[in-house]
Amino acid sequence: MRHIISILMENEPGALSRVVGLFSQRNFNIETLNVAPTEDPSLSRLTVTTIGDDRVIEQITKHLNKLIDVVKLVDLTEGNHIERELMLVKVKAIGAARDEVKRTADIFRAQVVDVTPNLYTVQITGDAVKLDAFLQAMAPIGILEVARTGVSGIARGDKVLSL
Amino acid sequence: MELLSGADMIARFLQDEGVEYIYGYPGGAALHIYDALFRQDKVKHILVRHEQAATHAADGYARAAGKPGVVLVTSGPGATNAVTGIATAYMDSIPMVVLCGQVMSHLIGDDAFQETDIIGVTRPIVKHSFSIRHPSEIPEVLKKAFHLAATGRPGPVVVDIPKDMTAPTERYEYVYPKKVKMRSYNPVTRGHTGQIKKAVDMILKAKRPVFYTGGGVVTGKASEGLTNLVKQLGYPITTTLMGIGAYPQGDDQCLGWLGMHGSYESNMAMHHADLIIAIGARFDDRVTNNTSKFCPTAKIIHVDVDPSSVSKTVRADVPIVGPASSVINEMISLVQGKEIANPEAVSAWWQQINGWRAEREGKLYESSKPGEVLKPQEVVEALCRVTRGEAFVTTDVGQHQMFAAQYYKFEKPNRLITSGGLGTMGFGFPAAMGIKQNYPDDDVVCVTGEGSFQMMMQELSTCKQYGIGVKIVNLNNASLGMVRQWQDLNYKSRHANSYMESLPDFHLLIEAYGFTAITVNTLDELDAALERTFADKHELVFLDVKVDPHEHVYPMQVPLGSMRDMLLSKTERT
Repeated sequence: MRHIISILMENEPGALSRVVGLFSQRNFNIETLNVAPTEDPSLSRLTVTTIGDDRVIEQITKHLNKLIDVVKLVDLTEGNHIERELMLVKVKAIGAARDEVKRTADIFRAQVVDVTPNLYTVQITGDAVKLDAFLQAMAPIGILEVARTGVSGIARGDKVLSL
Repeated sequence: MELLSGADMIARFLQDEGVEYIYGYPGGAALHIYDALFRQDKVKHILVRHEQAATHAADGYARAAGKPGVVLVTSGPGATNAVTGIATAYMDSIPMVVLCGQVMSHLIGDDAFQETDIIGVTRPIVKHSFSIRHPSEIPEVLKKAFHLAATGRPGPVVVDIPKDMTAPTERYEYVYPKKVKMRSYNPVTRGHTGQIKKAVDMILKAKRPVFYTGGGVVTGKASEGLTNLVKQLGYPITTTLMGIGAYPQGDDQCLGWLGMHGSYESNMAMHHADLIIAIGARFDDRVTNNTSKFCPTAKIIHVDVDPSSVSKTVRADVPIVGPASSVINEMISLVQGKEIANPEAVSAWWQQINGWRAEREGKLYESSKPGEVLKPQEVVEALCRVTRGEAFVTTDVGQHQMFAAQYYKFEKPNRLITSGGLGTMGFGFPAAMGIKQNYPDDDVVCVTGEGSFQMMMQELSTCKQYGIGVKIVNLNNASLGMVRQWQDLNYKSRHANSYMESLPDFHLLIEAYGFTAITVNTLDELDAALERTFADKHELVFLDVKVDPHEHVYPMQVPLGSMRDMLLSKTERT
């Protein structure tokens, strides 16, 4: 099963490599990875999506918790949560395709953020399934480049991941 | 307020931390630190002949003394040579602090002379690592390093120190940090009371219980408590290789150790048990054999200080995360004054166990006949007799390691010092040096083989320099015995590279360093030679014993089988 694990960790050099290294070292898998400092500059929030059965996920969270740089973590998929990913896509847009790309972007509530005579750059946010669907829709027209941030997420309701 | 250079801060910190010995080897990036150590006389630096030996010596010291071993090496090759020793300490959860010199900060990343990203290289084999970014950080970082190394589940910590951080011209305020606070590191100090109650309830009701205890009891200094608890209950106990001596092996309740080369009765008892009480052990593959066939009828209580060890390979029915000592003490207080619920069942269980014991009694190996080449097992039994079972015994890795663990009877924890997790050949001799320095009046003996010994024999020179009187018992079968055994069993005796051709004349080699060497060829020479070896506690003696190269280590679990599937000799199996 796919899990989204959010980690608060020390914003220190080497912290990220320890987290990423742990996954390869213990043969865990990383689907997406996303990391940036939080409102507290001493903390970074890292969100990783991974696939594994309950036993594997238990081991992943235990080993992550064991890392000295990891202050706190939550498996967002254990409860209701909001999952978002941002993607920038360059799509071929010549002739009739220019309208088709724009229309499809509208349907997905995506925005065209840059234009040249030959292509559109589209920005889209949503969960991974929606982004995949958009890519599928664009494929026949011609995808030139894709930049995805990887999943970021937060729990619904009053639950807060903080110190 | 006192102003010190980074290098002087390191020397001063080590003094304030109470460090007695530091094992190392100098080089460019570490020279400021070496100069600071030279200008003081509290911390003694031991110059090894290879950085790997520095880590093993510090490791041996740490195991025997129960406090962190300290290593100092230079950047690049100095640090990479230390890697095997760091990995050895990591796998066996040994507290160690490794200070590595590094090229100057402004050169990092330029592929400078003797530059290696040692933080990156060691990342998977350390508990944590630090890079010094400003000299003023040194006291706090070192305090954290020692704290992390020694607390919770212990382990090695690497501190990378760029040369400019120790420059003698730049001075900063030094205060010894008495306390350390880390928001992300709070090792558990006691187990969950509810879980412990539940466990004790199951323990009292068990019909076929077995205690299975490991290195966590030794490093957690919980041997006394464990012995009390097991005695009080009257249950059988088996230990892992790392846990040997945590419970006196001569006691009737002790079944010996378990696993791949564990005793027949231990493995049989584990397989048939209805309750396994695992404390400070990690269900390693050398213990469990095939986990899907592991202890089919047993419920499992698992006590470990490291939550990630619990249910890692075998699911625990009652997991308890906490230090062995406090959990055991809590168990003792809950057991006190209570009777076990099924005394008849337990006594029937003992009958069954004693039956297994009787089956193998006197059949463990065949003694050598007069005039024949010695059996390695006989040598270890004689060694145990001559040293009254009281010596510190270090080993290298292979057949001799298993024989030492099987036939030396350890009554105390921390007396068998062996690389259990990583299985590092070359560990034993430098580890013995580290122990001997801490216990100068005890017998410290390295049981080794001619293959392993040649991996670290340059340390004879270190022993000469510091007058370290360790004993070396070389079980010389002129082959890599364990490799050869596997080749006999699995490769139709095709001995690919397991034969040690062109061995040195150990006699001449040892004498070249000014030490005594004794050669033993037959059983009638053995006891006198051992007496001579241990005559002077402060003299290094090398005992070269020619032993039978055809001998195998038994019992041996059958691969992919359950715990009870064992080869018992070259012709018998369960």
